Amino acid sequence: MTRDMTRSGEPLLRIDDVHVHYGRVIAVNGVDLTVSRGETLGLVGESGSGKSTLAMAILRLITPPGRIVSGRIHLNGVDILSTGGRQLRQLRWTDVSLIPQGSMNSLNPVMRIGDQIQDAIEAHDRRQTKDSLRQRVLSLLDMVRLPARVYGMYPHELSGGMKQRVCIAMAIALGPSLIIADEPTSALDVVVQKTVAETLLKVKEELNSSMILVGHDMALQAQLVDRIAVMYAGNIVEVAPVAELFSNPVHAYTRHLIASVPSITERKPLVVKEFQRPDLTTARPKPELREVSPGHLVALDDEHSDRRTSGEASEREEVIPRG
Amino acid sequence: MTLTVQQTVAPAETTPRRPRSPWRNTKLMVGTLMVLVIVLIGVLGPLFWDTRLSAAASSPLNLPPFWEAGGSSDHPLGTENSGRDMLALVISGAPATLRIGLIVGVISIVIGIVLGFSAGYLGGRIDSVIRTLADTALTIPALAILIVISSYVREIGIATMAFIVALFAWAGPTRLIRAQVLSMRELGYVRMARLSGASTVDIMFKEMMPNLLPYLAAAFVGATSGGILAAVGLESLGLGPQRIPTLGMTIYNALQSSAILRGMWWWWGLPTVILVVIFVGLFLISTGLDEVANPRLRGRR
Amino acid sequence: MFAFTVWLSATIMFAIPQLAPGDPVSAMVTRLTQQAGFVEGSAGMIEAWRERFGLDDPLLIQYAQYLKNMLTFDYGYSLSQFPVEVETMIADAIPWTIGLLTIATIISFIAGTVVGALMAWRRSPALLRLLLPLTLTFTAIPFFILGMLLIYLFVFGLEIFPVAGGYDSTAMPGFNVDFIASVIEHGTLPALSIVIGSMGFWALGMRGMMITIEGEDYLTLAQAKGLNPLRILFRYQIRNAILPQFTALMLSFGHIVGGTVLVEYIFGYPGTGSLLFRALSNSDFTVTQGIVFILILTTAAAVLVVDLIYPLLDPRITYERSST
Repeated sequence: MTRDMTRSGEPLLRIDDVHVHYGRVIAVNGVDLTVSRGETLGLVGESGSGKSTLAMAILRLITPPGRIVSGRIHLNGVDILSTGGRQLRQLRWTDVSLIPQGSMNSLNPVMRIGDQIQDAIEAHDRRQTKDSLRQRVLSLLDMVRLPARVYGMYPHELSGGMKQRVCIAMAIALGPSLIIADEPTSALDVVVQKTVAETLLKVKEELNSSMILVGHDMALQAQLVDRIAVMYAGNIVEVAPVAELFSNPVHAYTRHLIASVPSITERKPLVVKEFQRPDLTTARPKPELREVSPGHLVALDDEHSDRRTSGEASEREEVIPRG
Repeated sequence: MTLTVQQTVAPAETTPRRPRSPWRNTKLMVGTLMVLVIVLIGVLGPLFWDTRLSAAASSPLNLPPFWEAGGSSDHPLGTENSGRDMLALVISGAPATLRIGLIVGVISIVIGIVLGFSAGYLGGRIDSVIRTLADTALTIPALAILIVISSYVREIGIATMAFIVALFAWAGPTRLIRAQVLSMRELGYVRMARLSGASTVDIMFKEMMPNLLPYLAAAFVGATSGGILAAVGLESLGLGPQRIPTLGMTIYNALQSSAILRGMWWWWGLPTVILVVIFVGLFLISTGLDEVANPRLRGRR
Repeated sequence: MFAFTVWLSATIMFAIPQLAPGDPVSAMVTRLTQQAGFVEGSAGMIEAWRERFGLDDPLLIQYAQYLKNMLTFDYGYSLSQFPVEVETMIADAIPWTIGLLTIATIISFIAGTVVGALMAWRRSPALLRLLLPLTLTFTAIPFFILGMLLIYLFVFGLEIFPVAGGYDSTAMPGFNVDFIASVIEHGTLPALSIVIGSMGFWALGMRGMMITIEGEDYLTLAQAKGLNPLRILFRYQIRNAILPQFTALMLSFGHIVGGTVLVEYIFGYPGTGSLLFRALSNSDFTVTQGIVFILILTTAAAVLVVDLIYPLLDPRITYERSST
């Protein structure tokens, strides 16, 4: 059964029933998801929900003891999981690129910034003169508002925000159809987060690439994405257009996520909810998704959203979707 | 909406297979076994064999082992050119060698713990002084200086020798322990203990020591091995104890008489085999301990 | 660091004998007497040498004089071969030692690093990864014991290498094919014992670093970029893993130099090791002290060279580091 959630035609990315295991831990438990051309999808969830694992699976960057057990990932009609070797290498970065987590040392400490961006370009496009390559890198740096001198600098000479913008420049170098941004603003301070987010927004508008924005910063998601998929314990529990999700969250976990966003104008009481996550090491059924309104799907038989669940019925009654 | 706390009782946890203890490491066990064999030779040997035969002129000269032509069952491993019995030499030499190593190891690890903890935990000026000293001591060709010192000291005994060797052996453990303490100092639970007002000594011994154990053991083994190496080197140059028949001294005598080229393999070969077993055993123990301390090295070849 | 190392070693060499009973000269003469049975005019000799060493001066002056002599390469005369100056004897021997040491260390460092990298690389053939650890075991065995085994195997057993020395007596020392071939022939086994004995050390260090770096984020990103695996291996993984190897190299020079002394002695190689051994046998104190000081100087110089090269390899380190 396919759940085509795109508005028109074949989606750019289609993920069908992907399972990823880390040793005995079932990190991704049969996820279906699509991303259409030009769309920005937010992938949110708490740490350990499998959102980063899913993102890495799209890039085929799951390393042992992790492995993709089953499923299909089609990007531009190519099944990524059945490729390998040279074909996979060519597909990476030309079709799908990565903006790594802001907290990581994703840049090689002993290579100049310019060389690191260049080798990504060169690996896929060899017919380049040294000079045009340099020009290309400089214009990329300019695009993310970095000065040209960054070209000859080493990562340790840059601030965290600058490094992250270098990563953005690198990710857009080949104009990929899909960019995966894995918590791009995590561990950056608030002001820097803002510039990085602005850079992302600018790049997104200029490029018309699709993007998957992984993270749990709901405010950032609200600004950047078109549609949000909420992950919980290895499954997608709710998918909806961003406005719909914020105005009408159905799944208890989604509501919890949205309620966690602090507001200054309106002091809400602090909501503390503890969800008992299922044991991730035992096989569990993948929840069925039910469409509650056009393009808005919610996990059906999950204890946290289903009104039929016994106990606490009155509390739950109150938050049943109006739509 | 007010404060809501939702909590479900945890489902009975499926009992996961208990992970194999990291201390049950093949390398660690094989290495320990090898060293134990040598210890047993030293402990049990004297019960079965007369170690007085290790004195010069106690036996016939230049006998090969009993299975070679001209060998005798009175001296199963042969004799050398001044009439020492090889079996007796091995039995009394092996424990002497281990003893030197052990003394060096203990002294170095004690110094290493004191200096390494002070440097890593207290930091600042103390750290830079200790670090510079240790790095310097490491780069000095210790053996060369030991040679000069030993050439002065007449009538050297096992303990003196061990002390001299230990002069240069503390730097390795100090450096290693300092690095570990330094990285551990910033870990959450140590910070927690510090913030909660635990005393420095308490933090060092109760919080950090248990986690440092594999590193301490590895440093101890390394220092022991280094001590034996230096001691055997000095002995082989004729600078060791003269009254005790050490393995190095036997090698020295063998080299002086060109035993290798005369084909008297048992003369130089037997002490060599014992030393190789000791060194390889200690090496396996220390790489085994490395794997215990650093899980990432495990299971990869 | 360089000056400090040299000063500290020299001071230890000066200080320790002070703590021992007696003075070096009488100790030496006593040894000589024990060995030779009787040495003519030993009393006068002691007197003369006490004078030469200034042993009757205050300690501080002795120390200053000693440091000055050491630093100006003034080690006096050899005791056993009297009119020969110690400097001359060392000057003859030191090129052999430095040559052997340099070549053996470079070969073992490179070979060990490559082996370690291959052991850790995921794409290495399984057979290679199975065989390589065996070579590591040799790391545990001291150079000179390996040397003895090599002599037994290749000189006594297979008779394919010459017995001892640095070159054939038939070859004319100089820059000619015969001589160089002969030097290589004689140098192979000593070098081999150092290479075999230290290669595993580099391999182990490299393997550990390679595995550590495998978990680094920049390696993941390099893979995501779709780079050629060989480029990732060299420019990303090895390039970073090799840096601590140079620190390890600096710290192990002392160990290698000490080990080389014994190797030379085993092989009768005409370097400082054999000279040192002869000096020890003859209780030639001036030669012993001179050689050891030169060895310390050599080691410290080697450390200095690596320390100066290091910032060129690691952009994060600037020269301020080398002042420590």
